[in-house]
This record gives sequence, structure tokens and C-alpha cells, in this order.
Amino acid sequence: MTFVDTWKKHDFAAVAASIATRTTDDVRRALAKQGRGLNLDDLAALLSPAAAPFLEEMAALSQRLTVARFGRTMQLYAPLYLTNVCANICSYCGFSAQNRIPRKALDDAEILADGKAVAAFGFDHLLLVTGESSRYGFAYLQNAFRLLRPHFSSLSMEVQPLEEAEYAALTAEGLSAVLIYQETYDPAVYPKHHLKGPKADMAYRLATPDRLGRAGVKKIGLGALYGLSDWRAESWFLGLHLQYMEKNYWRTRYSLSFPRLRPHEGNEIPVTPFNERELVQAACAFRLFSQEIELSLSTRESPHFRNHAYQLGFTSMSAGSRTNPGGYASEPESLEQFAINDDRTPAEVAAFLKSVGYEPVWKDWDASYDGASAPTVAAVN
Amino acid sequence: MKTSPLVIAGVTLRSRLFLGTGKYSSGSVMAASLAASGAELVTMALRRVRTDGAPDDIIDHLDAQQYRLLPNTSGVRNAKEAILAAELAREALGTNWLKLEIHPDPKYLMPDAIETLLATRELVKRGFVVLPYIHADPVLCKQLEEAGAAAVMPLGAPIGSNLGLETRAFLEIIIAQSRVPVVIDAGLGTPSHAAAALEMGADAVLVNTAIAAATDPVAMGAAFKLAVEAGRLGYEAGLAGRASKAAPEAHATSPLTSFLA
Repeated sequence: MTFVDTWKKHDFAAVAASIATRTTDDVRRALAKQGRGLNLDDLAALLSPAAAPFLEEMAALSQRLTVARFGRTMQLYAPLYLTNVCANICSYCGFSAQNRIPRKALDDAEILADGKAVAAFGFDHLLLVTGESSRYGFAYLQNAFRLLRPHFSSLSMEVQPLEEAEYAALTAEGLSAVLIYQETYDPAVYPKHHLKGPKADMAYRLATPDRLGRAGVKKIGLGALYGLSDWRAESWFLGLHLQYMEKNYWRTRYSLSFPRLRPHEGNEIPVTPFNERELVQAACAFRLFSQEIELSLSTRESPHFRNHAYQLGFTSMSAGSRTNPGGYASEPESLEQFAINDDRTPAEVAAFLKSVGYEPVWKDWDASYDGASAPTVAAVN
Repeated sequence: MKTSPLVIAGVTLRSRLFLGTGKYSSGSVMAASLAASGAELVTMALRRVRTDGAPDDIIDHLDAQQYRLLPNTSGVRNAKEAILAAELAREALGTNWLKLEIHPDPKYLMPDAIETLLATRELVKRGFVVLPYIHADPVLCKQLEEAGAAAVMPLGAPIGSNLGLETRAFLEIIIAQSRVPVVIDAGLGTPSHAAAALEMGADAVLVNTAIAAATDPVAMGAAFKLAVEAGRLGYEAGLAGRASKAAPEAHATSPLTSFLA
């Protein structure tokens, strides 16, 4: 049994149609629960057009619930792109295999140089990112973990789906979190955007969080890529996925992200609507649905938006991101995966947060918690 | 109005009310009370029933066609004794269903979390359908689920206290994350307590003292039957919740969202 079995019980188009019929009363009922014990019907109401006039109320409740659980803090993080080599052809991604761009994979010296550049910003955790290829798969990642582990207390990754045993092996190397976005839960749309390569297998991707849960990965990030299909139904399926994961892999923490399609190398594709107001609605709906879930706010969004939305339910923000391999130190001019929208430095983002009474969090783990997998003092020195 | 059936270990039960058999004034009062309650699953302490084939006031009053027996290990103090009692119960009563309860403390009869988990692991290996009685401890419930428990039976309040859902905040978490049925056991003193348990999403309740020690145990059995049905029906109907005062655009200003276009 994996999430695929649960996912198959719900028809995407029917879910989208059902959300459209939610009423003001449905929204009121969901709001009245004040963030306690909301079910998937409540989530549908909060994601529906009927909830749009209640956005201020949702935002105020979301803010209150978030502060109660997380305080006025914001995790800052930055991705380190190890390679843009990719075997997949995906319509929306700059790394897509059919794009004739220079391909780059960082070598040991470059990995260390970029890692140290990120550490110099003040980050004590690091998110490793790659495309999908057999050449830069498990063994390449394992090597990168061994190089970087002494410089960060926690390492997370957003890379191709791996097997359960590979996740377990990387956990022993210090892997603490894996972000694996489904891109779309809509079976009519998924094949149109994932044309070739291993990623064309939708079911394998859907079952990836199950493999992560079984491997005992401490934190799993779920999400959809907004712009491919109906955002309300995507979000509802994300809620379904979250609920399934929390029940089955209860030792794991979860985070959600709301990436919107950004300009990228390659052909223009039609983008379904998901504006800033709707992004706030989705984030607040999830905060009311789950007081415990971590919500991430991407550098895909503008400084103006981030400077206001930070307090509406989010718990982490990327800052100073470079989305190209070597972007921090070793090869700043290589091709990026997508164009970021907030190019402030981590220090500038942190200064803003402090100015509004929020504490930027640079370190939120200690390698000693990893028990047997923790590096020895000798290895660190 | 029909509600969805309760299934435990592949067996569909006709009632979400489970009953105990202790504290009744006589076997015939017990039988009348059980009949009025509509219960199907009935628990009895192994230590109270005759296992040597001699006449027994509890077993002899239970129509084997009407009731499914749930022997319990009341009186054992650790996992080792529980396993022994379980094997005896399976032998004597011809069922592999077991309500596992281990209380080393004879005063408050508090369940022992550690011994219960150990015993559950072993009993599942031995082919028992194990329903452990435990504190309203969400982590323990998940561990018991992983150990193979067929349901979990967290307590609502100290056993025999009739205090109701004192552990509500923890029960809500248990219900939200459980993959096996949640049966609230112990402490339910009135029909309204049982209704509240079902309303909040519990799959069933187990009641003994509140019915057996009532002035009229037969009428009280009937009252709990209605309460459990009402609570479940209410849960499935979707509670309306407290009315939200919120009205669209009720805010003269929108301090948090006015930055949005």
C-alpha cells in the first residue's frame, strides 16, 4: 500500500468541481473550528472561491496559530545546485534534457567552494539540488554529503526520487530532510509536462514519500508546482497526501511549499492562474488545516510580497538563492533552473525580519542528534 | 438512519457499544441489560469465569449466537502474566480476541504502558486479536498499532470514576492519527459521555460500571444504546460547529492582506 492507492480513490476533475460548489456556510463552519480538527471538507471550503471574501479573517487566524506554534521566528535556507544534468524532458524546467544548454556537475573542489560560500552567509543547514540522471545519482550524492557534512549541522535535498535503501543509507550520512514535489496530482496533466525520462512515471513519483517515510527520513517536504493544473484541486490533493503521510509515517515532520511557475529557459507553456492573493489563500488554508505543518516561502516571490506574506503562516524562507550549479562561488554564470524574484542577500532578508520583530533562524539541528551517523570530532577537524 | 459499520480485525460488529460483565447484581440482570444495550462485543475477566466447565453465572447467561466474547486479562501485573492469561482464555473461551489490560497498581488500576506494549508484540505473534487498554497516550497508541494491535482502547478517565472524557485533548490526537479503530474505555459515566465520545470520532466505547451500577441497569443499557447511535450519527452527519461571526468584508480595514492587488 502506498499513497497511489489513496490517490486513485479520488478523481481530480470531480474534486475540482466539488470545491467550486462550496458555500459561504461551509467556509464559516471551517473558520469556526479556529484551526482545531479541520477535515478535508473544511480544507476544500477554505480553498474554494467562497472563501475569497474571508481572506483577512483567514490571515489573522493563520498568523495567530503560527505564532502560537512557532513563535515569531523564520527559518532561512539556501539551495546548493550540484548539477543541471537531467535525463527528463519537462515542459516547465530550464534543466529539461532537450534544452541546448551547457551542462555542469560540480566536482569535489567546487562542491566545497560553493558549500563554504553558503556557510559564510551564516547558514548552518543546506539544501542540495540536482536534476535527474543515473550518472549523478546516489553515489554522487553520498560523496557530496561526505564533503559537506563537516560544514553543516543538517543537510537536506531536493533531487530525483531514490529507492528506500538509498534514502536510508543517506540518512546515515546525515540526510535530515527531503523535498519531493509531485508537480501535479492531475493525471490528465502530468503526462503533458513530463514527456520523457524517469519522471514520466507518475506513480513512482507519487509513492516516493512512502519510501522516504519507510526509510525513516526525519522531514519530508511535499508540494505541487502551481501553474500546471487547477490550484484549488492541487492543494486539496496535497492535503490528502499530507494527511495520509501523517497517519502512516508519524515519526516524520512535514513541510509544504507553494512554488509557482517562473520564467525559465525553453519554450513558453500555458500557465493556469494562481495569483498572489490565491497563494495567500492556499497558505492560510493549510495553516488552519494543520497548526503543526511547516510552510515555506520561496525566492520565486517578489520582495514586496515576501515582506508582507512572511507573517501569514510561513515558517521558512529561502534567501540569497542561486539556482545554477556553482552559482555561489565556482561558476556564477552557469544556467539557472528558473529566475528568482527576490535577489536580496541573506543578510538583507535577515535584517528585514529583525526590523519587524522576527528572529531569523540559521541553525535548527545539531549533528550530535544524529546518533551513530554523527561525524566524529576528528572528522570535523 | 444507518451509520457505517464498525470493523475490527475483519469482523463487522453490529454495535459501537461494548459492554463489561462485572458488577451486576445477577446473571439475569446482566443478560437483560446486555440485550437492551444492543451490544455485540462483551468483555469478561478471565479470573471471574469458571474455566473448568462448571456452571458459570456470566458465561451461562451469554447466548453464543448473540454475543462475541472479549476475554480480558484484568488482574495481571505484567506482560508475562498477561500472556499466560491470554493463552488460558483462548483455550477456555474458544476465541483469540483479547482485551489486554495490565495494571501492576491495585489501587487505581492504571495500565502499564511498557508491559502492555511488550505483551502486545508477543500476543500478536501468537495469533491473538489484541485490543490493549491504555492511557490516552498518542505515541503509545501508534506504537501499539505498529505492534499489530487490532484496535486501541485509551481511557477517558480513571476506571470506575464516571468522570467522562477527561483526556479529551489527547483522545482527539489519537483519533486524528490512528489507523486502527479507537475504542474509548474507562471513565464514561453517563450516556452523554458516550455520545460525546462518538461525536468526536471515536469508533466505539466500552462501558461497564455506568450501566451495571445504575439503579436500573436494563434501562441504562437502553439509554447508552441510543446515546452511542446518536453520537455516531451526529459525527457522520458533520457537526455544524459553533457559528462563526465572520462576515465577508466585515473588516473596515484589512491590515494583513491589503498589500495584495
